[in-house]
Amino acid sequence: MTKTMMITREGEAFLARIQEISGEAITACDQCGTCSGSCPMASEMDITPSEMIRKTQMGQEDVLSTKAMWLCAACFACTVRCPRGIDLSKIAEALRQISLRQAVDHIDIAGIPASERTRLPQIALVGAMRKFTS
Amino acid sequence: MTPTTQDEKRRSPALDDSSQPLSTQSSRSTFPYYPGCTLKTTAQNFEDSALATTAILGIDLVEIPRWNCCGVVSSLVENDRMHHVAPLRNIIRTQDMIAERDDEIESRLVTLCSMCTNTLRRTNLFLRQNPEDLEAINDYMSLENNYEGDIEIVHLLEILRERGFDAVADKVSNSLEGLKVAPYYGCMLLRPKDIGIDDPENPTIQEDLIEALRATVIDTPYKKMCCGSYQTVQDRYAVAELAYDILTHAQREGAEVIVTACPLCAFNLDDRQKEVRERYPEFKSIPVLYFTQLIALAFGLGEDALGFELNSVDPRPLLMAKGLLAPR
Ligand code: SF4
Ligand code: SF4
Repeated sequence: MTKTMMITREGEAFLARIQEISGEAITACDQCGTCSGSCPMASEMDITPSEMIRKTQMGQEDVLSTKAMWLCAACFACTVRCPRGIDLSKIAEALRQISLRQAVDHIDIAGIPASERTRLPQIALVGAMRKFTS
Repeated sequence: MTPTTQDEKRRSPALDDSSQPLSTQSSRSTFPYYPGCTLKTTAQNFEDSALATTAILGIDLVEIPRWNCCGVVSSLVENDRMHHVAPLRNIIRTQDMIAERDDEIESRLVTLCSMCTNTLRRTNLFLRQNPEDLEAINDYMSLENNYEGDIEIVHLLEILRERGFDAVADKVSNSLEGLKVAPYYGCMLLRPKDIGIDDPENPTIQEDLIEALRATVIDTPYKKMCCGSYQTVQDRYAVAELAYDILTHAQREGAEVIVTACPLCAFNLDDRQKEVRERYPEFKSIPVLYFTQLIALAFGLGEDALGFELNSVDPRPLLMAKGLLAPR
């Protein structure tokens, strides 16, 4: 039985944009769930990594208001395991970039309490600034 | 009368002991070295222990001049040339340093921090595979010499593997027999596959080192799981949950210490034990060491090289109790 699913024109444009920024063939995902099973942050996420790619496949822009993309630690566990060779870490990065390119920061580094800020090593602060600020 | 030192043996052919394994006779090599920011602050003990132990192993690390932060993480966006500039500048400074020196120096840049290693390697690989991008960035960086594409980025563990872990074993004067050590890799040493220094699913490089120091390897599947990385800035309790899983699984298998090659893993697994205890009051702390500190301990080096005062969970009581460290 063939099942046909339609995505809207806007949805298609959104999908094309994420494919362009990430360089990944998002439509190749067959929803096996390996990424979600490998993701160390999945238990903290509101949608799993495989749902993140599914929503993107279907052009659902509300994926941009999920927590999941901000909880990705770019650990590449999904990258090395995806049987379709998709690098989901790049898709999460593309989703973050859509938001950060509006010049909206995801975290306020200056707002981190001094006790915590002075405790954190540079490697943590610089990494977070690179991923969470525009 | 002073006993014959290894140095004298190396100099004097008359004292040459040909029954020694080949590895101990390998000559000294000089490498350019990139420390990265954190090795000059919270992870100063990583650098100190690395420089002290490599000197003994005949590996001379020369810090490259005017290096800058590599950016910690790579941009994962397609066609993002800008974020290759910072890592590339370090690679160009390495190329310049090699050209200016008249001694024999390797064209391989040695790194210690896993994140720097990953970021520098990713940029190097990208620019070698994409000559057009390299040309564009070379043009853009008009104050720097052009990068010719000939520098390799190698992690110190790879150099040790290449020279043979027997060479490390030969210098052990304080055998770590009886110490149960769980290697922790995290992400950046292993992934992605074309960047990693070992098999991403079944790494052995740290295990081989631990065995060379005669300690017991404690294996857990959590050794490859992410510690939460920079998420420690926005959600330290999410990171504490990961640390709890990683540490308690190792403890359940009998581990007494964890070793790592990353100052961010070290922070998340060591310092964040405070947050772990807030959530799990029954949790018993476990020291987290850099692999170079473990080598320094097995080489019988002193406090300057060990730098245990910077470790959040102090490993000294355990090591003294096990007779591996002299009481102060
Ligand atoms: S592992 Fe790959 S194919 Fe499977 S759900 Fe994740 S992205 Fe899709
Ligand atoms: S790269 Fe991101 S989405 Fe993929 S496993 Fe790691 S944290 Fe999860």
